[in-house]
Amino acid sequence: MRLEARGLDFGYRGKRVGSDLSIAVEAGEVLCLLGPNGSGKTTLFKTLLGLLPAQGGAVLIDGVELKARARDEVARMVSYVPQAHAAFFPFTVEEVVLMGRTAHLGLFSSPSRRDREAALAAISRMQIGHLAGSIYTRISGGERQLTLIARALAQDARVIVMDEPTANLDFGNQVRVLQHIQSLAQSGIGVLLSTHDPDHAFICAHRVAMLHEGHLARLGAPAATVTSDSLREIYGVEVAVVRVALGDGVERPVCIPGGALPGGQS
Amino acid sequence: MTSGRVPIAVLGACSALVLLVVVAFAVGRFPVSASDLAGILWARLTGAEHGLDPTIETVVVQIRGPRVAAALLIGAALAAAGAAYQNMFRNPLVSPDILGVSAGAAVGAVLGIFLSLNVIMIQSLAFAFGLGAVGLVYVTANAVRGHDPLLVLVLAGVVVGSLLGACVALMKYLADPYNQLPAITFWLLGSLASASPEDVWSTLPLMLVGLVPMWLLRWRINLLSLDDEEARALGVETGRIRLIVIAAATLMTSAAVAISGVIGWIGLVIPHFARLLVGPDFSRLLPTSILLGAGFLLGVDTLARTVARIEIPLGVLTAFVGTPLFLWQLATARRGWQ
Repeated sequence: MRLEARGLDFGYRGKRVGSDLSIAVEAGEVLCLLGPNGSGKTTLFKTLLGLLPAQGGAVLIDGVELKARARDEVARMVSYVPQAHAAFFPFTVEEVVLMGRTAHLGLFSSPSRRDREAALAAISRMQIGHLAGSIYTRISGGERQLTLIARALAQDARVIVMDEPTANLDFGNQVRVLQHIQSLAQSGIGVLLSTHDPDHAFICAHRVAMLHEGHLARLGAPAATVTSDSLREIYGVEVAVVRVALGDGVERPVCIPGGALPGGQS
Repeated sequence: MTSGRVPIAVLGACSALVLLVVVAFAVGRFPVSASDLAGILWARLTGAEHGLDPTIETVVVQIRGPRVAAALLIGAALAAAGAAYQNMFRNPLVSPDILGVSAGAAVGAVLGIFLSLNVIMIQSLAFAFGLGAVGLVYVTANAVRGHDPLLVLVLAGVVVGSLLGACVALMKYLADPYNQLPAITFWLLGSLASASPEDVWSTLPLMLVGLVPMWLLRWRINLLSLDDEEARALGVETGRIRLIVIAAATLMTSAAVAISGVIGWIGLVIPHFARLLVGPDFSRLLPTSILLGAGFLLGVDTLARTVARIEIPLGVLTAFVGTPLFLWQLATARRGWQ
């Protein structure tokens, strides 16, 4: 499974957000997208999911153009985790996750026992089994995010696109979500996620793409891509990237802001 | 929502409905006892003699029968349409009036009365204008791009609705104050007093045509209550499904309005209560709304023709009964939606 943008121009009619972008995510890989506010991350994701039409170039799934595929066919291949949001009606967590099965149902069908089992399996994989009967509108933001990831799992797609899955979560829930993303990739699912925290790329990503004013500024392995130079270039701030020993000979880069503040500390 | 509560709620609603039907047949200027009612029904089914006063049979078959059937049918249709609209517009405060359906149907009927057309023409006009109003709202909303499509649709409904309201006001102003104006006013207030067996038989198929797609698409209607892009990412062709469900709900609403006049509140209050009883899943919400809507309108109509010496207009009574119910509901529990 391969979700690919080829020379993609994306945006809205009359308002181009980004142009000539080529990027691909493979099953089993975590690709982390970094970019400042307004750089076009969400617009790019919506175009990759076929929710917005491509303004030029193409989005391909396994080499076939996305617009040539039916809506439910796309949904069986690529799933979407939007930012945790308020829902409008008091569905239970189980019902919300069950909605992920819709692409596998006939137009007039309701979920079967097997769909229910798939939903419950996704729920227990995200370790939120105790919430299955809870009302989605009354659980916390972190629990909602895990529910939405469970829904994407129930959708049974090989690539999951997550729009800032750690936004608005407390520290513990951020770590929990990143660990789940790692384990999804280990089970052969491709994950494309956006985040505002470059450290998240070091924690869970195989590759990093940096988006700047609608263009792909950098693309490559996290340690080689997320550097003081590239962070200054796209965010316009000074950041030191230092390697920290985690023990047992394992090292990980960490971003430390204020490496050289305008005030003169260094 | 535990599964055990569903059958109990539905069972309760069913038995309450049967009781209401018996009461509705019994009370009125000419009382009919339950045993007389059973006797006539039995005679009708088997062809045997019931040996009762023929007046009783006339009251049951010609007068109260159609009226009871019309109340059940219209209450069910308005509640089902309301449940579908609320899910689709992700807003529990939405009702069949939101797309200008009721206003459009009212313009059609008033125009028919104004032109002194016969009853069937008046009903057809009500129906045509109801569908036309929705079409206008839909086209207007599609012409405006770059905003939340749902918000635009609701706003277009409000704008078209007020334009149609002005049309009704203009025709009332121009109407003959001795013959036409009372008829228009009476119709705008809503009534089942003139419901005939033909009304019931001509409306029933329209209601079914609307109800069948709603029931078949029940799982996907759940997903229409999500964000539009989210639902599409889950594999739902939201535009197409929404169009089908809007057409179905509008058909049911216009068919109802065409025989009863404008009856508000049912499409707003009943789905709200149904959601409290069985949760938001449309496969339970729809049948529950239908049961409660049918019972509610039958109860209100029975009150309308029995509490006072003259009939109280239905639209007035549903507002008097519906408003406090809704306010009480809003004040005590918000779990119906948020």
